[in-house]
Amino acid sequence: MFTFISKRILEAIPTLLVLITISFFLMHAAPGSPFSSERALPAEVLANINAKYHLDEPVINQYFYYLGGLLQGDLGPSFRYKDFTINELIAQSFPVSAEIGIWSFLVALILGVGCGIIAALRQNSWIDYSVMAFANLGIVLPNFVLAPLCILFFSIYNHWLPPGGWNGGAWPYLIMPVIAMSTSYIAQIARITRGSMIETMHSNFIRTAHAKGLPKHRIIFQHALRPTMLPVISYLGPAFVGIVTGSVIVDVYFGTGGIGQHFINGALNRDYSMVMGVTILVGTLTILFNAVVDILYAVIDPKIRY
Amino acid sequence: MITTQDKIQAVEQFAEQVTEIEGRSLWQDARRRFFSNHAAVTSLVLLTLITAIALLGPLFSQWNYDDIDWEALSDISVLGRPNIENGHYFGTDTLGRDIFVRTLQGGQISLLVGIMGSAVAIVIGTLYGAASGYIGGRVDSVMMRFLEILNSFPFMFFVIILMTLFGRHIFLIFVAIGAISWLDMARIVRGQTLSLKNKEYIEAAYACGVSTPKIILRHIVPNVLGIVVVYATLLVPNMILLESFISFLGLGVQEPMTSWGALISEGAQNMEIAVWQLAWPLGFLVVTLFCFNFLGDGLRDALDPKDR
Amino acid sequence: MNLLEVDNLRVNFRTPDGFVTAVNDLNFTLGQGETLGIVGESGSGKSQTAFALMGLLAKNGIIGGQARFKGQDILSLSDKQMNRIRSKEIAMIFQDPMTSLNPYMKVGKQLIEVLMLHKGMSKVDAFEEAVKMLDAVKMPEARKRMNMYPHEFSGGMRQRVMIAMALLCQPKLLIADEPTTALDVTVQAQILTLLNELKNDFNTSIIMITHDLGVVAGLCDKVLVMYAGQTMEYGSTEDVFYQPTHPYTRGLLQAIPRLDSEGDILTTIPGNPPNLLNLPSGCPFHSRCEFAEERCVKEAPTLEEYQVGKLRACHKSADWGVAS
Repeated sequence: MFTFISKRILEAIPTLLVLITISFFLMHAAPGSPFSSERALPAEVLANINAKYHLDEPVINQYFYYLGGLLQGDLGPSFRYKDFTINELIAQSFPVSAEIGIWSFLVALILGVGCGIIAALRQNSWIDYSVMAFANLGIVLPNFVLAPLCILFFSIYNHWLPPGGWNGGAWPYLIMPVIAMSTSYIAQIARITRGSMIETMHSNFIRTAHAKGLPKHRIIFQHALRPTMLPVISYLGPAFVGIVTGSVIVDVYFGTGGIGQHFINGALNRDYSMVMGVTILVGTLTILFNAVVDILYAVIDPKIRY
Repeated sequence: MITTQDKIQAVEQFAEQVTEIEGRSLWQDARRRFFSNHAAVTSLVLLTLITAIALLGPLFSQWNYDDIDWEALSDISVLGRPNIENGHYFGTDTLGRDIFVRTLQGGQISLLVGIMGSAVAIVIGTLYGAASGYIGGRVDSVMMRFLEILNSFPFMFFVIILMTLFGRHIFLIFVAIGAISWLDMARIVRGQTLSLKNKEYIEAAYACGVSTPKIILRHIVPNVLGIVVVYATLLVPNMILLESFISFLGLGVQEPMTSWGALISEGAQNMEIAVWQLAWPLGFLVVTLFCFNFLGDGLRDALDPKDR
Repeated sequence: MNLLEVDNLRVNFRTPDGFVTAVNDLNFTLGQGETLGIVGESGSGKSQTAFALMGLLAKNGIIGGQARFKGQDILSLSDKQMNRIRSKEIAMIFQDPMTSLNPYMKVGKQLIEVLMLHKGMSKVDAFEEAVKMLDAVKMPEARKRMNMYPHEFSGGMRQRVMIAMALLCQPKLLIADEPTTALDVTVQAQILTLLNELKNDFNTSIIMITHDLGVVAGLCDKVLVMYAGQTMEYGSTEDVFYQPTHPYTRGLLQAIPRLDSEGDILTTIPGNPPNLLNLPSGCPFHSRCEFAEERCVKEAPTLEEYQVGKLRACHKSADWGVAS
């Protein structure tokens, strides 16, 4: 197991390098520059600024400057928020996204798996049908629609919850972002769990368990749960990435000030270092999370050994 | 090689027949199962209908998608309501433009973008997966490794970077998005190919010296078509959703052209005073996505009955 | 009293394509320590008979008739009541050892849970007992293997585990559903020898379901030949094998390849088993029977006891088989 983990870390480095390289050159290939939008900037000043950020040099040189900084853990200065470094901005916004993300993730996992199992065990009953109806609705209702509907219902019609803001993560500010973020994942996970559970319950070894005279709850929790969870776990990787990107919508709507906002603004304003910083962060997290999923897989499935 | 050309041809013909026989009964069975699934059939009908309306509907309106109704503009929350008499069946947007025509025009864009993106992804994914699975060995492991690397890229972030590159050429963006969303497709096709590889007719074709590209194109690809179709019906709604997301962020289609996502984004801003601006495009989007989902489920159940 | 008495067992399935009768009015008895072989081609309803007795039919299955085990009708028991009988009194070995063990659970745990459940043993006692049973089925290094997962076992080894699992509570009745079909020929022989020994050691009654007549000859006291869900012939193994009176049984026996047979053409029964959805009129076997008469097409033969303990369903007179 230890060798597996260290191997994954070693593999992650070239992957990240490829990611950094591609994003960097794509970003710089895009038309426009960080300061082109600011009008009335005297040519001399502009030249000075460009020189300060090495923007007057060939892109390849900029790339190596950037890599050099990165090796020292420096993501560079923001072109947009001139008094801040990217490190500072990320340190400020990442905890917000992480908190929303973790809650959404937990809610999606617990409710999704729970609903899926219940639906599977009561296959073709009204419980099953209502869970599946909800699941289908949750999948087709995009979070950028769900978010305004939440605001409409909870804040405008009913005044139950504040329509936005963060306030240090107090729970009234957390509820709507978590709903908007987790709904489609609850739905997906419920569907996957249901399908997987039904398939497992039809497998031969469950028949053996019945033939052994085991009571139903024992069959479900001791014999069927592990194999049921395998496809769910492989879905968790993509789900995690989705929840991270979901933060873009949440930030735009609820003004939570998470990392997604910075990314969109960065991309629109050609804030190169901001986009790079967020991409690297998310890329690292994605790689990390995929590794965690692989390890979980190995824990559950004895056929997989590293 | 002892085998002569005509022998190769004969065996190939035989292999094709075997495939065909297997294929025919499979597809016939599938069709029967599909048509007994009411949700799926209804979805198919609805989708056809939506497509037809999106293409033909604008002809039945007195407005163009970029016409501004100056009269309605004076008080959108009252005069802009849905109204049969002045021809704004679905009402107008805040600029006095007709929502009916704009929803349908947006539908054209959304559907087209969805289909184009999926088509690119499917062609690349199928060929990549079939090649990787069929050739196997070292080539397979290198190809799969490459896939893994791509898979650890944060997809949505990549899309947004691509968009800054392509600007507002929505079709180019979706060709590009298609070009990076074939990963799952490739994996699925590879899995199928691995199990096909040991079938007698493939081995027979190989034993007679049929070339690898030919085996892949004529024997592997037709046999993974079922799963590809199922996956396509799931990919199209994802693409539509992605386009909506991008348009929602204000990065998508160029005004005055629109798409469902862009309309929803505008509607969401005015939902307190003019809820129809959100309701119509949202309704169309949700119904379309619903239909694709049921259609995909129906097809999967029809083609792979054990998966129930 | 017999251990098991099956009266008019019927198994029907509701399917999208219609109502299917998989088992049609099956009758047999089994005494303590006896072995019954149920023989037939695939799809003849052998396995469904076993599943019906264990209460393991698929959800769309409907059961009719009675099966009295020690005088109690087990077909009418609830799932909970049945759980007290399964494995403790009646155990089953399945056809496919590769998929019948839980791949996500250590073999030891799968064995132990049976003992803990039915015998109320402690974990430690159950472990020791399970090791003993693995020894009894000739599993080498039994203790070490308790901590292994099924995928680390070969097919034959897995079937030994299945047999050990079935015998843990020393059940009165063992139902073996094609226990050797999925195994190599040499392993088949080992497993059959093992079953034979265990049968003598534990005095267990066995229902052996198979399509292999060799297995029946070596192991069974009685044979029931099934075709399309119906009994074709039923009697002691010796009678049925030496004096088969039913054309189908004769066909089965002739289809066994023999080294000493003259000529090198393998005799087969022409045609395929009928579609259960659409059974032919009259005798279900008539379309493949070389002796079929007009009567066979019109009228289904009833199962008749033509000698004491010997039953058959055929319009041809019983002494036909002896005579030829």
